[in-house]
Amino acid sequence: MEFETVIGLEIHVQLLTQSKMFCGCSTRFGAPPNTQTCPVCLGLPGSLPVINRRAVELGLRAALVLNCTVHPTSQFHRKNYYYPDLPKNYQISQYQYLEHPPLGTDGYLDVEVDGVRRRVGIRRVHLEEDTGKLVHPEDGTVSWVDYNRSGVPLMEIVTYPDLRSPQEAKAFLLKLRQVLQYAEVSTGRMEEGTLRCDANVSLRRPGEPLGTRTEVKNMNSLRSVERALSYEVARQREVLERGGAVVQETRHWDERRGVTFASRSKEEAEDYRYFPEPDLVPVEVTPEWLEEIRRTLPELPDARRDRLMAQYGLSRYDAELLVQTRATADFFEAAVAAHPSPKAIANWMLGDLTAYLNEHNLEIEQLRTTPSQLAELVRLVEDGTISGRIAKDVLVEMLQTGEGARSIVDRRGLVQIADEKALRETVDAVIRDHPEPVKDVQAGKEKAIAFLVGQVMRRTQGRANPALVQRLLRERLGLPTGS
Amino acid sequence: MRITPEVVERVARLSRLELTAEEIATFTAQLSSILEYFARLDRLPTEGVEPTSHALRITNVFRDDQVTPSLPVEDVVAMAPQAHEGFVVVPRVLEAEE
Amino acid sequence: MKELVGRPYHELRPRLGKDFSVGELVEAYLQTLEALEPHVRAYLTVTAEEARQQARALDRRLAAGESLPPLAGMPVALKDNLCTRGVRTTCGSRILESFVPPYDATAVRRLREAGAVVLGKTNLDEFAMGSSTENSGFFPTRNPWDLDYVPGGSSGGSAAAVAAGEALAALGSDTGGSIRQPASLCGVVGLKPTYGRVSRYGLVAFASSLDQIGPLALDVHDCALVLQVISGHDPHDSTSVDLPVPDFAAALEGGVRGVRVGLPTEFFGEGLQPEVRQAVLDAVRVLEGLGARVEEVHLPTLEYALPTYYLIACAEASSNLARYDGVAYGYRSPRARDLYTLYSRTRAEGFGPEVKRRIMLGTFALSAGYYEGFYKKAQQVRTLVRRDFDRCFQEVDVLAAPTSPVAGFRLGERTADPLQMYLADVYTIPVNLAGLPGISVPCGFAGGLPVGLQLVGRPFDEATLLRVAHAYQQATDWHRRRCPLRRG
Repeated sequence: MEFETVIGLEIHVQLLTQSKMFCGCSTRFGAPPNTQTCPVCLGLPGSLPVINRRAVELGLRAALVLNCTVHPTSQFHRKNYYYPDLPKNYQISQYQYLEHPPLGTDGYLDVEVDGVRRRVGIRRVHLEEDTGKLVHPEDGTVSWVDYNRSGVPLMEIVTYPDLRSPQEAKAFLLKLRQVLQYAEVSTGRMEEGTLRCDANVSLRRPGEPLGTRTEVKNMNSLRSVERALSYEVARQREVLERGGAVVQETRHWDERRGVTFASRSKEEAEDYRYFPEPDLVPVEVTPEWLEEIRRTLPELPDARRDRLMAQYGLSRYDAELLVQTRATADFFEAAVAAHPSPKAIANWMLGDLTAYLNEHNLEIEQLRTTPSQLAELVRLVEDGTISGRIAKDVLVEMLQTGEGARSIVDRRGLVQIADEKALRETVDAVIRDHPEPVKDVQAGKEKAIAFLVGQVMRRTQGRANPALVQRLLRERLGLPTGS
Repeated sequence: MRITPEVVERVARLSRLELTAEEIATFTAQLSSILEYFARLDRLPTEGVEPTSHALRITNVFRDDQVTPSLPVEDVVAMAPQAHEGFVVVPRVLEAEE
Repeated sequence: MKELVGRPYHELRPRLGKDFSVGELVEAYLQTLEALEPHVRAYLTVTAEEARQQARALDRRLAAGESLPPLAGMPVALKDNLCTRGVRTTCGSRILESFVPPYDATAVRRLREAGAVVLGKTNLDEFAMGSSTENSGFFPTRNPWDLDYVPGGSSGGSAAAVAAGEALAALGSDTGGSIRQPASLCGVVGLKPTYGRVSRYGLVAFASSLDQIGPLALDVHDCALVLQVISGHDPHDSTSVDLPVPDFAAALEGGVRGVRVGLPTEFFGEGLQPEVRQAVLDAVRVLEGLGARVEEVHLPTLEYALPTYYLIACAEASSNLARYDGVAYGYRSPRARDLYTLYSRTRAEGFGPEVKRRIMLGTFALSAGYYEGFYKKAQQVRTLVRRDFDRCFQEVDVLAAPTSPVAGFRLGERTADPLQMYLADVYTIPVNLAGLPGISVPCGFAGGLPVGLQLVGRPFDEATLLRVAHAYQQATDWHRRRCPLRRG
């Protein structure tokens, strides 16, 4: 039976503000419990919320980069339900169906998976406050509440059910993170909790209306998302192929066991009794304000990739990698500005530099090495001052210490030996000392020349210009030098 | 009238109020008569009238994104009926469990 | 020093530090409080020691030749739904019986900064829900004019304290009449400012779009002094307006010549006690005699105001009171077995019947399937009520009406039927729905109980209200009468 997978995502991202959505408490992560609270985010009697302007700005930035229609007036609503991590037992959020629409609606984000491009519709974008955090200690009779997170600004992004596979869902989340990061709206990292995601999953036969969907929760990493959705799709397929019906329910992903399971059924669907928040006044987004925000938006990843390809002649593959993060792309362009060798700089960045960052679990922003320092290294290789081989070592030292390339090269005396006269002596010595390989070379075994080159390099601590060494050896041995 | 004891029970659940059987009966009667009196609102035509969702006609009241001092954790703990090492303690909240 | 008690602050202030010290003034009030409290029971918490300390500090500053802030030494009482840092704030409810806020309400902070001396926290209907203070979770307060009668509500404690000489002035809150109605029943002045004039930060919310804090005092002049101090924009309250605060005391003089006073016909219909009607009409005639022009106006939506108010207020209250759940502060039921019963038993045991009734009414009005017919409908009618008032104010400058349909009722008289109790606020409620300023001033007696004249003004035009009320008080002496309890 041919089934089409249909997935929609409901995502919460934490906005990059210093203070909370409705009060001045810090949003800093990792503080001891209940040390970042106040009457407002604790919901004490008599407290009142006041909107953080920056949170609204970030919400508008996000709405714009997600190509949404931004509504001129939006307001906040109360979503009423009882839970211990919700101090007021209502959450201040934005609801879609009362008199005013939320911040942004009907946008899209383009995603590519295995060469297939998908335009994923964004149903809505809105602002709300986060809840506190519950901790469930081992002993099992109590739970603990930490309100530090209560009131942190969140943006909820809901997609249309446009995703067609778990892989697409993962790609979407990566793309979303990238775009939000570019716009400095959020770091969008599931592992850090700055992006949380629930999914709605259903199957249908192509051409038929949407099937019954389940909601999948508790996916805590991109990998979980892919695994959980794959499991759920397979599970639903199996049910349908058996002739059964999918039950509309919420299913939790169990990372350890690798399954989704139906969570305890609630007695009845929650009635949130939404109504406009009387303690806040509406937000009016004037065309001037929106234009101002639009002007401060950076060049977005896709546009930047295309420009890098056009401007610097990079391959799509390389350009895509360089625009992974805004910081990487900025680094690249700054380096090229210092020394116009885009391809070489790209190679160094995507090769040795990336390897170093991965090995040490660093972000490019954390490096002491500057783009102009990298540019300098590339220039030194290109003008023959050092060999490529030496440059690799120099780069490692640069990254470790933040010292400049030229400075390291001079200090360690690594300038390439390109003096023919000096090299001839070493070449002759090597030929003298290794008669067997010499005989091999002269007998036609070209490969043996590599050994001799290596010997010259060894005797010169790697500083000899390898191409020159090749040429000199060949001359001495009477071979054509054109290879 | 539209208020039955079942409605009262549902509303009491939504409001997290445990009611005795007697209270359910009393509230059913009282809420019924109150809502009956309130039904007079239906007599007034309100087609196309904007609801007053906000008492004032102002917009865009904001605060700057500045961090201001939080309460000392001792204050939070002092108010809590039960606390442990800075956390507020409640009966076990059952997460999704099979 | 007992002769100090019962004199308005504006008369005492010039003599402060000369004829008597702050300490003597405060002590006089504390003594009266101590003597009369067993009868009146206006207070839930008395902060005598703190008051004496504050008084001493003020006297030291006086002695040092410092000029003192506007309300220095004024002994005030605060309704117990105003958060006071370090001082128990119960809202008249067992669910907050031991709650001590870590912060001051903005209005309280401003009063303190102005030098007022807080004597304690006064009794109220639980969470400000009521019109007689009989819904207090602790005990009822009695009317100092006749101890068998209610002081009104929900700011009954504040009104009774001022009337009995247990405080020189007080702060109350008014959502549907809770300052004006008890002021009327206790023969003192009570003012509800325009919605947004005074910050609500620290006022424990009942109905967010209707609540306002306001002063109760012996006369209009004192009322203006207190209003001055507490008014003004507060960045902590998004619904407080950023408008300049006029000099209310300066606005008092000016008289009423040429002021157009409107009498809304619908406020003088059925249900109004004849003696109350007479006293109010006599008061209006005084204004006329002073040069005001009186004309009839109409507020046809008056008959819809009460249900509109209750639907909106209860809906907002059902949400505002959801936070009282035994989790992070307040009472927690010892019978809590799990999360659900933590909530349901804490709230069942902590709340009184009127609060439960209103929570359920409000929850119902907001619930799925009923929102359009109840809550949204009420908000639409509210718009129509507002328009009625706007139309009136195109013809007149102030409205005059009774504050309460009756001069008073006995304890226990209306507790059996909630609707009967709701009707006590029929003349005050529309003013809250429209967000307008309103004041009640004593204008006579009926059966030995005080009667109040209510004046209603344009938005943010407290100045005109105060001017008209002050002119009335210059020409009459109802506000100088003191309750028999004091004379004994």
